[in-house]
Amino acid sequence: MSVNPVSDASRPIDGLDELAGLGLFADLNRAQLESVAHAFSEEWHAEGERIIRQGFSGTGFYVILEGEVAIRVDGEQRAILRRGDFFGEVSVLLEEPPVADVVALGPLRCLHLAGPTLRAFLLERPEVMYRMLQAQARRLRAANQWRG
Amino acid sequence: MAGLAAGRPSEDGRPFPPGEYPVVVIGSGPGGLQVSYCLQRLGIEHALLSADEAPGGMFRRFPFFQRLLSWTKPYAPAERDTRAYEWYDWNSLLADDPDHRAVMAGLMDGTSEFPTRPDMERNLATFVERTGLPVRYGCRWESSQREASAEGDRFVIVTDEGEYRARICVFAVGVAEAWTPPGPGMDQVPHYVDTRPAETYAGRRLFIIGKQNSGFELANGLLPWARSIVLASPRSATFSITNHSLAGIRARYLQPVEDFVVGGGVHVVNASIERVERRGDAFLVHTRRSENGQPLVVEADDVIAATGFQAPLRDLAALGVALFGQSRLPAQSPFWESATVPGIFFAGTITQGAAGLKKYGIPSSSGAVAGYRYNARVLAEQIAERHFGWQRPRPELEAAAVVPYLLDEATQAPELWNQRSYLARAISVEAGSGIRDEGIVPLAWFVDSSGPDALAVAVETDDRGDIHPAVYVRRAGRVDERLLESHPLLDFRTPGNRAQLEEIVRPLVA
Repeated sequence: MSVNPVSDASRPIDGLDELAGLGLFADLNRAQLESVAHAFSEEWHAEGERIIRQGFSGTGFYVILEGEVAIRVDGEQRAILRRGDFFGEVSVLLEEPPVADVVALGPLRCLHLAGPTLRAFLLERPEVMYRMLQAQARRLRAANQWRG
Repeated sequence: MAGLAAGRPSEDGRPFPPGEYPVVVIGSGPGGLQVSYCLQRLGIEHALLSADEAPGGMFRRFPFFQRLLSWTKPYAPAERDTRAYEWYDWNSLLADDPDHRAVMAGLMDGTSEFPTRPDMERNLATFVERTGLPVRYGCRWESSQREASAEGDRFVIVTDEGEYRARICVFAVGVAEAWTPPGPGMDQVPHYVDTRPAETYAGRRLFIIGKQNSGFELANGLLPWARSIVLASPRSATFSITNHSLAGIRARYLQPVEDFVVGGGVHVVNASIERVERRGDAFLVHTRRSENGQPLVVEADDVIAATGFQAPLRDLAALGVALFGQSRLPAQSPFWESATVPGIFFAGTITQGAAGLKKYGIPSSSGAVAGYRYNARVLAEQIAERHFGWQRPRPELEAAAVVPYLLDEATQAPELWNQRSYLARAISVEAGSGIRDEGIVPLAWFVDSSGPDALAVAVETDDRGDIHPAVYVRRAGRVDERLLESHPLLDFRTPGNRAQLEEIVRPLVA
């Protein structure tokens, strides 16, 4: 819609160095990092705010730049995620509402990618997809160890 | 306290001389005017200050090619004097008096459903004139401080005409300050705001950095003049008609895309800009293509950075206001209060910094007049209720009226249509006080706050572009989402929705 002069709605994030320091994007060159910066938008959330809401449709994919979030299922805390961690991908990939709330534990700065664009984003950047798979494998291993 | 009577003239006959006020509002664009109007209607005394000499904000200058992106349809499915008409008129400010509503509709000349920039400026000036809204023009906000007082902290707004003190400040200063990314040679690239008259680009090779609406607006306007046009940025262009959101490039600016796909002198390139180099009278723009990392060098006579805008928030960060992103937007609560400095609020296009639910990545319309005029009304009510003891009217509803009322609202409430997934109609159910209409509220606040059993209805768009009502039910502190069905003609008052909503409402009102 007619934003200020001209409706420039998406806002690339500020520094590429900040992106380069995140594990998910560690294998990307500068041009690729720049395209990542333009694909995501930056968000800021206050302590206690829900970024993802359990059972709600239409969620997105997030990467933490600063701060921590809690993963809560029916109010019970299951995990804490920190800078460089990501969340939201499971419900986007499975096209199902999320099974947990994700709540900011303090001021939170994060990157957001609209759910419907995640597939194309990953297919265009197999390096990011591989890093994401590695992180998922670690989470799976931790979950299996915990059960054992 | 000096100046407490709203509009009391100073010695030179202008309203709001420096002094102490309950609320200070800064900015006389649509956001500042709307919040001031709504505060006035609620009886909240305040000063409205503006650095400009007349109302209009950025519409006194932009868009560059002088026609807006937001429609006003003089002939629409709803009558002009109805609330439902507001959905078909994205440019008029909201008013209680029917004579003050739909001002823009009366100014349209039939050449387009999109008004010209001068028409928009006239629309806002006419609103101010008809409503008699007092504004202190020519009063520039320069800096801000916070000081302790007997009644708690208050803000000191330092202007070129003296100091204003208030416990509550509303900043409606737009997001129209030019922003150019750093990079080698970028300092010699003029920004969109410095674009020259179109005829001076006649026969020249133009390189536009940025593929959002500002870039495509320039490309579209310069098609009859430029010899060739390259539009470049790292990311693919996104279009409103394919991503189901007005945040994409608007249909009005698609002509350069058509010229591009048929090879007609326009090139739309996905590439990062590595450096801009001066070569005699021309420029060499060194880029690297996003698809394959290969370099691409383009020679151009003119380069323009259509790279975005920032909010001119001066020293608010030093006061503790958290800012984020390239636009330096303030972090805000769902009611547009600074997330870090209570008492500082925002109005106008800056309110896009409050993301809301942003389902499927579709943002609110808080960046546009059509959306933020409702934010301003909700904000004024919030300020009046929280800080000045105003009591919100909470009309009682009969149980049998709830379902038809909510389906009517979902079908035609302009607040819900203009602010999809951001604003909702809420109804509470409480023992002793019955079923109450709680008015229009931010949806994020509703779903994340505790309170009595209640429900809220919003209008939403999903990833397939399907527009439908969504109902959020709060019961025993837990909020669940229930989606209703769409309708080919977007009339949601279907037997299926009636039955589903009755099933949702029944346990609440029993």
